[in-house]
Amino acid sequence: MSRIGVFVCHCGENIGGTVDCAKVAQAAGQLRGVVHSVDYKYMCSDPGQSILKDAIREKKLDGVVVAACSPRMHEPTFRRAAEEAGLNAFQCEMANVREHCSWVHEKGEATTAKAIDLVRIQVEKVKRDAPLHPIKVPISKTALVLGGGIAGIQAALDIANTGHEVILVEKAPSIGGHMSQLSETFPTLDCSQCILTPRMVEVARHPKITLYTYSELEKLDGFIGNFKATIRRKARKIDEKACNGCGVCTQKCPQKKIPDEFNEGLSMRRAIYVPFPQAVPNKPVIDTANCTYFKTGKCKACEKLCANGAIRFDQEDELIVREVGAVVVATGYKTMKVDRFPEYGYGQYPDVIDGMKFERLASASGPTAGAIQRPSDGKAPQTVVFIACAGSRDEQKHVAYCSKICCMYTAKHAMLYKHKVHGGKAYVFYMDVRAAGKSYDEFVRRAVEDDGVKYVRGRVSRVYQDGGQLVVKGVDTLLGGEPLEIRADLVVLATAVQAQEGSEELAQKLHVSYDKYRFFAEAHPKLRPVETNTAGIFLAGACQAPRDIPESVAQASGAAVKVAALFSQPELTREPIVAVVDRQPPPVFSNCVGCLLCKSACPYQAIDQETIKARNGDPIKTVARVNPGLCQGCGTCVATCRTKAIDLQGFSNEQIFAEVMAI
Amino acid sequence: MLRAENSEDTPTSTEPHSSTSDRTLSGRLENAAGVHSADCYQCGKCTAGCPLAAEMDHAPSQLLRMLQTDLPQHEERALRSRAIWMCVGCQTCVSRCPKQVDLPRAMDFLRQESLARGLVNRDASEIVAFHRAFLDSIERHGRVYELGLVAGYKLRTGHLAQDTTLAPAMVLKGKLGLLPHAGNRAAVAKIFARARALQKGSGQ
Amino acid sequence: MKIGYYPGCSLLGSSRDFGESVVAVARALEVELVDVPDWNCCGASSAHAMDHLLSVALPASVLASAARAGLTEVVAPCASCFNRLASARHAIQKDPALRKQVEQVLDVPAGSLATLAEKVRILNVIDLLQRCSDRIAAKVTQPFARAVACYYGCLLVRPGEVVGADRVEDPVSMDVLVEKAGGKPVAWSFKTECCGAALSIPNTPLVGKLGARIVEDAAARQAEAIVVACPMCHSNLDMRRGAIDDARGKKSGLPVLFITQVVGLALGLPPSELGLERHFVPVNLSRPAAPVA
Repeated sequence: MSRIGVFVCHCGENIGGTVDCAKVAQAAGQLRGVVHSVDYKYMCSDPGQSILKDAIREKKLDGVVVAACSPRMHEPTFRRAAEEAGLNAFQCEMANVREHCSWVHEKGEATTAKAIDLVRIQVEKVKRDAPLHPIKVPISKTALVLGGGIAGIQAALDIANTGHEVILVEKAPSIGGHMSQLSETFPTLDCSQCILTPRMVEVARHPKITLYTYSELEKLDGFIGNFKATIRRKARKIDEKACNGCGVCTQKCPQKKIPDEFNEGLSMRRAIYVPFPQAVPNKPVIDTANCTYFKTGKCKACEKLCANGAIRFDQEDELIVREVGAVVVATGYKTMKVDRFPEYGYGQYPDVIDGMKFERLASASGPTAGAIQRPSDGKAPQTVVFIACAGSRDEQKHVAYCSKICCMYTAKHAMLYKHKVHGGKAYVFYMDVRAAGKSYDEFVRRAVEDDGVKYVRGRVSRVYQDGGQLVVKGVDTLLGGEPLEIRADLVVLATAVQAQEGSEELAQKLHVSYDKYRFFAEAHPKLRPVETNTAGIFLAGACQAPRDIPESVAQASGAAVKVAALFSQPELTREPIVAVVDRQPPPVFSNCVGCLLCKSACPYQAIDQETIKARNGDPIKTVARVNPGLCQGCGTCVATCRTKAIDLQGFSNEQIFAEVMAI
Repeated sequence: MLRAENSEDTPTSTEPHSSTSDRTLSGRLENAAGVHSADCYQCGKCTAGCPLAAEMDHAPSQLLRMLQTDLPQHEERALRSRAIWMCVGCQTCVSRCPKQVDLPRAMDFLRQESLARGLVNRDASEIVAFHRAFLDSIERHGRVYELGLVAGYKLRTGHLAQDTTLAPAMVLKGKLGLLPHAGNRAAVAKIFARARALQKGSGQ
Repeated sequence: MKIGYYPGCSLLGSSRDFGESVVAVARALEVELVDVPDWNCCGASSAHAMDHLLSVALPASVLASAARAGLTEVVAPCASCFNRLASARHAIQKDPALRKQVEQVLDVPAGSLATLAEKVRILNVIDLLQRCSDRIAAKVTQPFARAVACYYGCLLVRPGEVVGADRVEDPVSMDVLVEKAGGKPVAWSFKTECCGAALSIPNTPLVGKLGARIVEDAAARQAEAIVVACPMCHSNLDMRRGAIDDARGKKSGLPVLFITQVVGLALGLPPSELGLERHFVPVNLSRPAAPVA
């Protein structure tokens, strides 16, 4: 005969204000099998938990129902309390009379009756609970960081410095991300590469970091602590060990007219190239789509010139498999292209550029050695118009959000322009100036007050070409909506920050949620910003939302500590809510007939098969087998099984049926 | 208009918010025309692209601002403006508006309100006279009788000498018929009458 | 090919040249134009400026007449008529309350306009010519080898969701037709800038000011003509050339042709059949074409 205890929580007024808790406790006390039934103000508090523990010990309870909030809130709390009192944690259940009852109904008899029903259901379940024991699973204490921009670099270094192995995978031939393309950074006007490259070198040299550049994640299997990552190392066509980075091949390649992606098309590169001088690793890569040899079978100049014989035309992509315990996603962002703006020329005007292109113009190591020049004729522009909010906060362009960084980098661009072109005129057309970070507002005021940048509040309706100049049709809303037309030599659009190319595919590979803009979804917008809803996968940087460098670095460190916390445990404890294939006495041995429908139904590839053998080793029958380390307890196999041979521990068919019949 | 596959459907503009009152001009605008003036965040892009903004007494974005405040003095300023009559409905504003506020529809509404309340700007009398003469011509003939239209306009405005040199040239070029073309005359007259009756009945 | 035809008031009067060229070109391309029976004025801008219900009811009456005559497609060469017919069709489809009112005003059975949008589609003159573009290319005998600025105006391209235009800021549909007729469309910046529309009579100087910018840019790009597809645009750039010259402080002889006139000339039709003698700015094509850059 069961000895069940029921504890009805008031949760202050949250439950007590709508449900008659005393009545619920009283009604529960009448149920068969219940030997103890009380109500209390706050069950989750210390005194509340003491009440629970004392009752378990004194009344020798073999099952407990706490009628309170959602198990997502306090199931761990009460299960721990039950364990401390000597009762198996999985013989403690919760009836959700808050989220499922008091919070969604008005005060009244019917509401209280429903609460009583909910308690009765859980009592029937608990009667059939068996003691269960957590499953211990080993943890692979290696982290996988996807993305080698500043966020990925920071996360990799932080995790590596806690003593754990890190694999850093970067799609491009070099790490560095967008930060390596920037000229100076706000609010300090530090040279971006000067502060970034030491970190890049540190990553390359760190004994605990394995760097795979020009590589992508092919597949991720497994679960927290036990992921299996398949990484595709794309063929550079270079033997990295043999190559000494002398660069002769990159100077002699005859294919010279390929628009350089790093310089945003402002200069050309060769078919064999190193993306930028400070690249890590400083090894070239062959762009096979544009290489003469790969297109026609001729040339091979690089191979002839290489003193170390490092060119490998026949090199293939390599797939490697690594076991990792956690993944940090730091894949960054892209910016909207200028051809998305019909009113600013559909990208046809060479002197209408985006912010990233301006960065390359302003950068001392860029194609113009830092001189601001018009892409059309190379002359220094005497009047520059900067258009903020280009594509952001714009439902017509399907980007309703603010891209956060543009107000700051536009002020920076305007200042850099004024410093470099003395006597030049700079206009910024803005809607609001968002400069909320530390020293940010003072930075923008410098642009206005010290450098004489003219800020005009109003959006630009149209930009068109007239002769060699661009006509900018804007408006000054602070002057009552007075139209303002400016003839500019260069127009810089601060285009919207968007999710990185391929984000959707990556999210689906990782089984991570994303929003309608394809930014990855955090587990909780306020309290869990670096975790995802997929256990073991964390977020860092702009892949989650538009963000600047200080925040990306902070978030990366935050993600790193979550990984470190995970790795600090000796092993991972998993809930034993897993499926089990039954065993019966001979001659049945198991109700499973080996049809393996459950195997194809399982979304987690947790089911395979095994052979039941006689004592002498003779095979008797083949049945399904659940891997408790992979099983997530979803119950799909239980629903699929024709013979009801497979059941879910903690949520058995018998329990669920009893719950339904108790309503 | 390009739409990304992932864009959420926006509610149709003809569905008003549930508690929109007719006491304010912005409320009436929403109920009659489905335009939600609070959507406008005053970026001014409409004004910047309007071909007639330089001629207006109030910029298009300013007119919306006057409705946003729900203050009677601003509402009156909007209805009395010359700007609403300068607008020719070229649709440039709404084609670029980042919030997709249907400003041309709002302008139509403001014009009709202005007429109904007798607040038409004096400087707009020629434009109103033209529109009235145009509609008169349709009501009478079912189609526009251009000579009649011009005559009606001149009588209403007193600009008797306007375009007198143009008329003979037009006649000689065969582009100004001396007699009206008629089309669906009787039915059109009834359409006008019923539209008038329907709107009087609903107090519009 | 047979298609419904809605000339609208201006094609019978002040834009008779446009009407003549449409009819002549349709004949040459073997397109049979079937008049919408007993059509009335669409209301143009004056109706929607003054009375919303009327501005939908008048075009709806035309659509209903077309539907009754079994015309599934109607071409309205006047851009304003095209826009009003398309807008009314769109409004009736999207707004059931408005549709009910229009049914009352037209005195038709309740619910009878519910399927109107599916029964009748509206085309503009460029849509029609695009359909025949292969035929045009095949029948060109005198290529219109001139540099021209294609001027689209407002109502052919906006609002995008009603008229179905893409590339609203830099349309190319007319440019492509000009090329098919042997011409060279220039790249210029005033393709869709408003000409002043219905302000032609009430505020002629303003129309001159707006037209001046258009003519200025076309001339600066060495265009030998401006090509239009709208009677209002034509009138404001041609008939009102005096006001434009006043605004610019100098005279311009840049002729304004309808796209149907350009196509007609390329097909070898005589200028008189295309109404070219009715223009205010003379269309002098006797001299040889200027070398095209």
